[in-house]
Amino acid sequence: MAESKVKLGVADVVAEKTIRHEDADPAPWGLDARLAVVGTEVSRVDGFAKASGAARYAGDQRPTGLAFARIVRCPHAHANVTRVDLDAVRTMPGVLAADETGGRRKTYAGAPVAVVCAADERSLDDAVAAVRVSYEVLPHVVDATEALAEGAAQVDPKRANRGDADGRGRGGGPAGDAQKALDEAELKVEATYRTQVQTHVPLEPHGSVATWSEDGKLTLWCSTQSVDAVRNEMARRFQVPAADVRVVTEFMGGGFGCKFGPDPCDYEAVRLARATKRPVWCMNDRREEHLTGGFRPDSVQKLTLGGRRDGTMTVIAGECYGTPGNGQGGAGAANTALYDIPARGVTQFGVSTFTAHGRAFRAPGHPQGVFALEGLVDEFALAAGMDPLDVRRLNDKHPVRRLEWPVGAKRIGWAQHRRKVPGSDRGPVKRGVGCAGGVWYNAGGGSWRIDVAVARDGSVVVRSGVQDIGTGTKTVLAVLVAEELGVAPGAVRVEIGDSRFPPGPGSGGSTTAPSVGPAAREAGVRAREGVAAVVAAAWGVDADKLSFAGGRVRGPGGKETTFEQACAQLPSEGLSVSGVRRKNYEGFSGTCGGVQFARVAVDVETGVVRVEKVVAVHDAGRIVDTLTARSQVNGGVIQGISYALFEEKRLDRASGDMVNPTFDTYRIAGMADTPEIDVVFMDVANGINNVGMMGLGEPATVPTAAAVANAVANATGVRMRELPMTPARVLAALAAARGGGK
Amino acid sequence: MGRTGHEGGGPPGLSRRELLRGAGLAAAAGATLLPAARALAADAPADLRVQGPDAVELTLTVNGAPRTVAAAPRDTLLDVLRLPLDLTGAKKVCDRGTCGACTVLLDGKPVYACSVLALDVAGRSVTTAEGVVGGAGRAVADAFVAKDAMQCGFCTPGMLVACAAAVAEHGPSLTLEQARAATAGNLCRCGTYPHVLEAALAAAKTAKGR
Ligand code: FES
Ligand code: FES
Repeated sequence: MAESKVKLGVADVVAEKTIRHEDADPAPWGLDARLAVVGTEVSRVDGFAKASGAARYAGDQRPTGLAFARIVRCPHAHANVTRVDLDAVRTMPGVLAADETGGRRKTYAGAPVAVVCAADERSLDDAVAAVRVSYEVLPHVVDATEALAEGAAQVDPKRANRGDADGRGRGGGPAGDAQKALDEAELKVEATYRTQVQTHVPLEPHGSVATWSEDGKLTLWCSTQSVDAVRNEMARRFQVPAADVRVVTEFMGGGFGCKFGPDPCDYEAVRLARATKRPVWCMNDRREEHLTGGFRPDSVQKLTLGGRRDGTMTVIAGECYGTPGNGQGGAGAANTALYDIPARGVTQFGVSTFTAHGRAFRAPGHPQGVFALEGLVDEFALAAGMDPLDVRRLNDKHPVRRLEWPVGAKRIGWAQHRRKVPGSDRGPVKRGVGCAGGVWYNAGGGSWRIDVAVARDGSVVVRSGVQDIGTGTKTVLAVLVAEELGVAPGAVRVEIGDSRFPPGPGSGGSTTAPSVGPAAREAGVRAREGVAAVVAAAWGVDADKLSFAGGRVRGPGGKETTFEQACAQLPSEGLSVSGVRRKNYEGFSGTCGGVQFARVAVDVETGVVRVEKVVAVHDAGRIVDTLTARSQVNGGVIQGISYALFEEKRLDRASGDMVNPTFDTYRIAGMADTPEIDVVFMDVANGINNVGMMGLGEPATVPTAAAVANAVANATGVRMRELPMTPARVLAALAAARGGGK
Repeated sequence: MGRTGHEGGGPPGLSRRELLRGAGLAAAAGATLLPAARALAADAPADLRVQGPDAVELTLTVNGAPRTVAAAPRDTLLDVLRLPLDLTGAKKVCDRGTCGACTVLLDGKPVYACSVLALDVAGRSVTTAEGVVGGAGRAVADAFVAKDAMQCGFCTPGMLVACAAAVAEHGPSLTLEQARAATAGNLCRCGTYPHVLEAALAAAKTAKGR
């Protein structure tokens, strides 16, 4: 073990810390590290491939003889399949296979019933249209609150729809004696907050192209956040050694948490490819994706926040539930996060309904929980007669977020734009500002390996089985290896998304970059040492006297050469080295903070909310590439606005089917809805791994909806406790506040 | 912004969206033809004939080269681009004219390829993202890379084509509002909009005036 003294911290909160690390792992970069590439704006290494359409995604693969498959889905939320007639379909032109998918009882609209495979898409259209299925339709319930009622149809006949209380909760989890704290609280605010079901809507849906070789080896181009998980699952399901399964995801058109394992379309592509002895394409269409591809559970959060008249929050308590669909887990809302409120007693449970499966969605539990929590904090501030920002600053102990509040406040113009009397603007368009905080927990981990190969011509290749779902993982790996070799990131080729490479983590939880980045840095150090050794031998100098920068290698006595020429000294097979992800060290902060401030304009005659500006102040340890990092924060903010104002998966109560499975009926934010976004990064030397990096994807979307809702309240004087804040809901809330109601 | 076949300029064909709306449109139009239908009548080729139901051969210019493909009457331009022509930059994301991921240039004007019937583009010129970057659109692609106007990249070829069309139309005078309008029909789930705007404006600065 080695010991290194490293300067850690943020702004002027800096301390020197001794970090014990394995000899092979380079010492973490401190605040004073002088870096050439890391922390600058680096263009995405695969940017041109993406812009030009050259990048091939799963559904763009065209192996010779490609056939096409589509799943026939149940239109009822609850039904028994009584008859599937495929005989006529099987004899139709171009049809290669038509099979039942099995299982009699279907418990959500969209459940697979049959699958058809044909030689071309038009034959497939005709064949799918000819499939006849008979159902015995059974009672169902698609709304969480209705599913709790006595006599409601049960999803699992052996178990009540109401799941067990989740003791852990999300966010801070339970603590202290909530009842006692409630009794003692000087001030209390009590309200019910509601959030909607939101679907992931990756523009690239789930799906695969599969092909089997004659000797029984499977190649699968799959749109997945984990090639490793898909490989292992396919090997298990189709009873072949994992080594005979290759899963490739070189490019991936968005996942946001819904693509960690195979979906029915992926299984069917593989099964049908084996049965028909042809490569098979099977991707969801937009409707199937909306219906079955995953969603963020809704929530009903009945909460009481209490504290002292001076603005100190002492207790949060209540009950919270939502439906994760067919199952019961994963519906919790993180309404006890952020503030270390000493007494926390929120009972959380999931409710089964006859809907498809909820899935992890960018910061699971957090946008909804923080919407309720930060709304209540504003309500509490109002009750205490305080500026809501002051209440936050008084109660926030997070070492980085504490510093982020004043930065955001200044940039949004809090003092100038906050309406002291909410809703006091003249005329129909009311403006106001609001803010909210965020938190996320991941600095990555695992023991992932990254391989780096350096050839005699100076070319550098980095390999890992990790995927890039759009965050810029490839670019981050290139930057870290380039930093150590003193070359430009563009000179480093990164090959990822292939299960033949060293296994990488699933891309999710904001853990990807910090799980593989430190291993890439270590591999880069090993590569530099390897090149340095041969150059030092040739020059007759000490290897540790060499420096690598600007594409050149320099040594004592004015010796200098290019990186390429230096590599010419390598043996003919070049250099192959690896780096390994080590355990996390105790860094400056184990969590990320983040705060956002929104300025909105609300037209009280039409109910339309426009977000005019968002200031997003974020930290994620060391920011490796400020350009792609800014893209991620923009994306988190825009998804958050979309969640706050537009999105809602609507299910028809009578049939249980989704009524809005299209872009014209399920609206997501577009160019016209995008405000000015001011992204600020706090530079934190974290020391939690050798780079000090943490994840950024999720923290960027946690506070947005809450900040927008708080701004709407400041603009109008009316608090919206239900998402999305559609014009109809805004008008209804305004009318109710006027006492008129409707 | 609707970007259907007839809004693409040039001799308008019958877009699939219009086909779907056909009955209602005719009823609503009554004696006076709606502009799109009027234009259609004016431009109807003299040898109007029944085609299909089987696939027929048609020749069109794709990224500058003549290509002959077989297409069924219900095949869209997007279908023939992605399959027989193996140009997969244009993505099938909604297949009903609501997202812009399939945006290509038809006779130089942006259209949703999923909403144009293949048979209607016979003899016309189509440029996809793959082709756009081979010409004046290269500068727009470079700006996309420099400004990081992409994340997962799935909407990006469509965004690129829409931006390239706006840059070609307005040149250095392209305004923020024009760039917004040009891309208002392109959805991006990753939220690349701010960087797309920056890229379009940066590329326009380097473009030659009209
Ligand atoms: S695929 Fe054509 S507009 Fe969506
Ligand atoms: S970059 Fe992912 S959808 Fe636009």
